[in-house]
Amino acid sequence: MINPIISGIVATFDRDNIDTDQIIPTEYLKSIKKFGFGDFLFDGWRYLDEGRLDMTSEDRSKNYDFILNKEPYTKSQILLTRDNFGCGSSREHAVWALRDFGFKAVIASSFGDIFYNNCFKNSVLPIKLTIEEINHLFEITANSPISFEIDLAKKAIKYDQVSSYSFDVKESLLERIIHNLDDVDITLKHKEQIEAYELSRRQQRPWLFDYSN
Amino acid sequence: MPVTLYDKLWDEHLVQTDENNESLIYIDRHYLHEVTSPQAFEGLRRKHLTPWRLDANVATPDHNVPTDRGNKFEAESIKDEVSKIQVVELDKNCNNFGIRQFDITSSKQGIVHVMGPELGYTLPGMTIVCGDSHTSTHGAFGCLAMGIGTSEVEHVLATQCLKITKLKNMQVNFHGQPRTGVTSKDIILHLIKLIGTAGGTGHAIEFSGSYTSLASMESRMTICNMAIEAGAKVGLVAVDSTTLDYVKQHSNLSDSMFDEASQYWKTLNSDRDANFDKVINIDVSEIKPQVTWGTSPEMTIDFDAKVPSQEDIDEVNLENLLLAKAYMGLEKSHTLQDLNFDKIFIGSCTNSRIEDLRAAANAVKGKRISKSIIEAIVVPGSGMVKAQAEEEGLDKIFIDAGFLWRDPGCSMCLGMNPDQLKPYERCASTSNRNFEGRQGNLGRTHLMSPLMAALTAINGKITDPS
Ligand code: SF4
Repeated sequence: MINPIISGIVATFDRDNIDTDQIIPTEYLKSIKKFGFGDFLFDGWRYLDEGRLDMTSEDRSKNYDFILNKEPYTKSQILLTRDNFGCGSSREHAVWALRDFGFKAVIASSFGDIFYNNCFKNSVLPIKLTIEEINHLFEITANSPISFEIDLAKKAIKYDQVSSYSFDVKESLLERIIHNLDDVDITLKHKEQIEAYELSRRQQRPWLFDYSN
Repeated sequence: MPVTLYDKLWDEHLVQTDENNESLIYIDRHYLHEVTSPQAFEGLRRKHLTPWRLDANVATPDHNVPTDRGNKFEAESIKDEVSKIQVVELDKNCNNFGIRQFDITSSKQGIVHVMGPELGYTLPGMTIVCGDSHTSTHGAFGCLAMGIGTSEVEHVLATQCLKITKLKNMQVNFHGQPRTGVTSKDIILHLIKLIGTAGGTGHAIEFSGSYTSLASMESRMTICNMAIEAGAKVGLVAVDSTTLDYVKQHSNLSDSMFDEASQYWKTLNSDRDANFDKVINIDVSEIKPQVTWGTSPEMTIDFDAKVPSQEDIDEVNLENLLLAKAYMGLEKSHTLQDLNFDKIFIGSCTNSRIEDLRAAANAVKGKRISKSIIEAIVVPGSGMVKAQAEEEGLDKIFIDAGFLWRDPGCSMCLGMNPDQLKPYERCASTSNRNFEGRQGNLGRTHLMSPLMAALTAINGKITDPS
């Protein structure tokens, strides 16, 4: 079980439509591993030179104007952005990179569908708020580094001493993050049902099973 | 109650729905490629599982493969060590688990979304997934097809099911007849401009209307392919005689099996009074050729229109506009026709099929590419497309005009192989994403149809195709 309270510095990306190619550029998709992508998160914006899979953050020439290269944002755990975050390519590497960097939650007014699904498989919580709420959070975070506290059980983001926004997320998806559940295990509990379905399909739609090369 | 095509496909494949409204949907076809599968196979191994149903899977390497490899090329010959590992790993995984693969030496290898339909692995009414967002392409066959992440690739391998919630229904009616020089690519880009890259989020888009019903399977595939650029995981076209003719030609089913299946396939359309959550009507006769100016597919304009400036735009979008113009080097340009291009890329799962190559070849026949173009490449989508094009002599037309004629793969669509833009190079591209760095670090991408890309090659600039 993970800590049901996420609390940490908020990094802001005041931009719509940040696509998964920006979150992790193509070059790093050549890895066959599921970990080790943190140094390449937002690579094109974070560094001035061109990177390769065998490099680390230390080897690179950094863009110090970029928020994740400034203190205290190098330790950010929460990302605040605008509309349609994670659109584009289905690459789960985008979530792996956010996770490996240390992000535990992303707050946006909307998300790309595939990215949104991928988040829950990797303990990164995507939180949807209204545009007005997002605007307000951008105002609060504009001048100095701020921490939010996200309570998973209460589904609430506490953005100052007293005020919070509540958010909506499917209970079962949240459970998967809190208890680090694996979908394959859950689904295989329904093995018999899948087999029964498959058998009836074999009879009704035989062409789907009649594939000669 | 009348239902939509999406609803029908959903109901047909529903194994169960739990109390949280999450459903298990049975998957008929699973395409795999080298980039998003290694971690999924690793996951299977870790759990001591094997694929649920081997014959549902079809694999091919496409993203990493060099396109100047010629015959007698093996995975081991890939120069980029890291790319090589991925292609070799796919070989290993397919061999170990017994998955059918069209490997790098196969004459049928290609971009998975081009290869699947032409080999008859995509059949109407199927549920189809792949660890690739452009899986929406297969919706052109009345399939429920969508891109998935790597964890889901593992899940489908292990259980033959996908755990998802139902999408909403959206209908896009394309009516009328397009003007000369306007193709399915222009029509889908126009839609994306109109509704934005989040316009279809949470929806399955069914494309219909008189234009769509007259369109070829290849045009329908181009449209469904870019449904994801409109935010929709799923694009769909109802099954009709065009679909059946294509499938008859491409599948290996026996005549009797085909006839039996056709009876069912003919029911794969939305009922007349089916309810859609959103409906959009577009008269395609009003659409001009479209070209993207910015770094998101919604940043599209008519080829001869003014590039948006500060005055045209509301405050919220200003930041996006300025960043995109700066990245694209457009601070001083008023129209796209002012720009000088460096490279031309004709290819990708959007536009590398035989009809695309014919359209481009037709435009360059007997001409030479402009002296200002550094490199123009044509990358057929698959071995089959390549062979067909060569049989028709299209390769010769391209080569005579100064193009490079390559071997199949994703190529400069995302530059995972050596085909890349250098910083600040401007490219006329028939692919689907103009994101920052998509075709190479700091490269500048303008999306357009194969016809427009071919004309840009000849003139070095965007040209009126009519
Ligand atoms: S051609 Fe481009 S968009 Fe299509 S599958 Fe390959 S990389 Fe993805």
